[in-house]
Amino acid sequence: MIRYSLARFYGISAFVAWYGAVLFLTQPAQASTKVTAQQFVDLQQGQPHFPGFRRAHAKGVCVSGEFVSNGSLTHYSDAEVFSAGVHPFIGRFSIAGNNPHADELSAPVRSFALSFVTGSERWNIAMNTPPVMAVSNPHDFYQQLVAIKQGGDAIKTFFAKHPESADFLAWKASYTPTESLALETYHSINAFYLHDARSNKQAVRWQMLPLGEASKNPFTDSAALQKELAARIAHGNVRFTWQFTLAAPADDENNPAIQWPSNRAQVNAGEINITQWQPQLEGACHALNFDPLILPTGLSATADPILRARSAAYAESYRRRAKEQLIGALGGKESE
Amino acid sequence: MNKLVTRYTFTMRLLHWSMAVLILSMVCAGLAIVSSLEPWQLSLLGLHKSFGVLALILLILRFIVRVQSTAPALPSTMPVIQVKLAKFSHWLLYFLMLVIPVSGLLMQYFGARPIVVFDLLTMPAAMVANIEYFAVFREGHGFAVLLLLLVLVVHISAACFHHFIRKDGVFKSML
Ligand code: HEM
Ligand code: HEM
Ligand code: HEM
Repeated sequence: MIRYSLARFYGISAFVAWYGAVLFLTQPAQASTKVTAQQFVDLQQGQPHFPGFRRAHAKGVCVSGEFVSNGSLTHYSDAEVFSAGVHPFIGRFSIAGNNPHADELSAPVRSFALSFVTGSERWNIAMNTPPVMAVSNPHDFYQQLVAIKQGGDAIKTFFAKHPESADFLAWKASYTPTESLALETYHSINAFYLHDARSNKQAVRWQMLPLGEASKNPFTDSAALQKELAARIAHGNVRFTWQFTLAAPADDENNPAIQWPSNRAQVNAGEINITQWQPQLEGACHALNFDPLILPTGLSATADPILRARSAAYAESYRRRAKEQLIGALGGKESE
Repeated sequence: MNKLVTRYTFTMRLLHWSMAVLILSMVCAGLAIVSSLEPWQLSLLGLHKSFGVLALILLILRFIVRVQSTAPALPSTMPVIQVKLAKFSHWLLYFLMLVIPVSGLLMQYFGARPIVVFDLLTMPAAMVANIEYFAVFREGHGFAVLLLLLVLVVHISAACFHHFIRKDGVFKSML
């Protein structure tokens, strides 16, 4: 009897000790100088913010279309999307920034997001025009955004302190925005793993390369890119080649700031064809969080700290705008 | 059968303590995943969802065990109102233990996020996200946890009160 109550006593002590340990261990995560998802999204949304809209890439347009896969990646990945044939998706073209009414032609970064549903699985993709990040973790990225907001020489000082930004700066110096969202090259930036049926994995980055013919954008107002895109879609002229770059053993798949050498093997997976568009508050893309960590069988996330930071930040932005929309933030704006 | 029941059955005690550990860990994990930008966030998020589904299964099991077994009567010296409050708080705890994982599942469903349970199966989600339903269940998930923590403060203080002040064996009925 005494031994039994001793056992119980130790049991309870172990329970209390365990709980204390959990609280103790999770504390540094909260108390350290590391940026949280809330702080990151606070910075992105700015002040005042735009209730009901995305905290980043707020201005955009919903699209839908299909990916015509040539089956060439089935050797590397089980993902249903790579099987030869036609795979429909919904997507969204956008410009970086917190302002849903911003002038599109002056945005420094343009973006393209897609979402495939195959069976019970989903694959979200969110890409930008630069091929690499300037930094390699979310805390430095936060400081980069702080420096941009400060203006003046702050960003120059920042880049000087971050030599890993060299590849990004080289791209920036060589890049000229095109006349159309359909003429940009969009990059995954972060690397992912492709998995085959036998669990072999291959790190990859991907690009969507424009196939449309160049032409002058006749619009000049703040929605010039959306209008031009709509006109192109009407002519069936928004197509991309989906190209994958395979990492070699020497490449660090966890560092999104470093460009892989240009002689790496490339695989053309097929063609992306955009067939429809809707204003963002009328299409299905508005209600979706294109969290790039929603992946199907056959793909997985690398340990890239920037990639791994995206899920929590997107969720915080999505939570805020979902709540605002529920309490009527977008009421009456449906036609905008 | 007039032997007085003074303790919960072994199964009830086992379920009480294992679920107490599980649920309190889930609260810590939940708070960590919504704030952390660290590389482990994704793995913890996966575990949170899988163990959340497990918590729901255990709750259903516990409910069946509970209605089939006799719970010990509270001491006859306790005021009727206190006994009623104790019973109410227990059913409130069961209710919240149901609402929390169910809201978690529904928020993921309406947010169009399939749930992978322990790498065993994928629970499909809505084809088209419904952001307003997502908001209801997302806020509901957080609010229900807050309520649970409040009730637990009372629950645990009451357990200690019985044990250290009244010394009436209520705490021991769960050991
Ligand atoms: C730590 C790094 C990053 C953070 C904190 C971050 C944050 C965010 C947030 C908060 C949103 C809004 C989500 C929503 O409400 O639905 C967003 C959208 C987006 N992000 Fe990021 N992002 C990061 C890195 C990247 C990278 C590396 C890329 C490109 C490869 C990218 C591309 C996009 C795109 C395209 C969207 C818009 C998706 C859509 O159309 O809904 N982001 N980002
Ligand atoms: C015993 C069960 C559970 C407990 C105690 C619990 C607790 C929590 C807590 C405390 C949070 C943070 C809340 C906030 O910031 O408002 C959270 C977030 C979350 N929970 Fe749970 N949870 C449970 C079950 C589930 C289940 C079954 C799922 C889904 C399968 C789930 C999915 C989530 C998700 C996705 C988040 C993050 C939401 C976001 O980032 O917007 N939870 N949970
Ligand atoms: C250190 C923490 C805890 C202690 C000391 C504790 C103690 C107790 C005690 C002594 C009882 C029996 C009360 C009676 O006979 O009237 C009880 C019952 C109960 N506890 Fe806890 N508990 C703890 C944590 C939890 C947690 C985390 C939960 C759930 C989230 C929980 C849920 C319940 C429920 C639902 C009952 C009622 C059992 C029934 O009659 O069906 N407890 N607890």
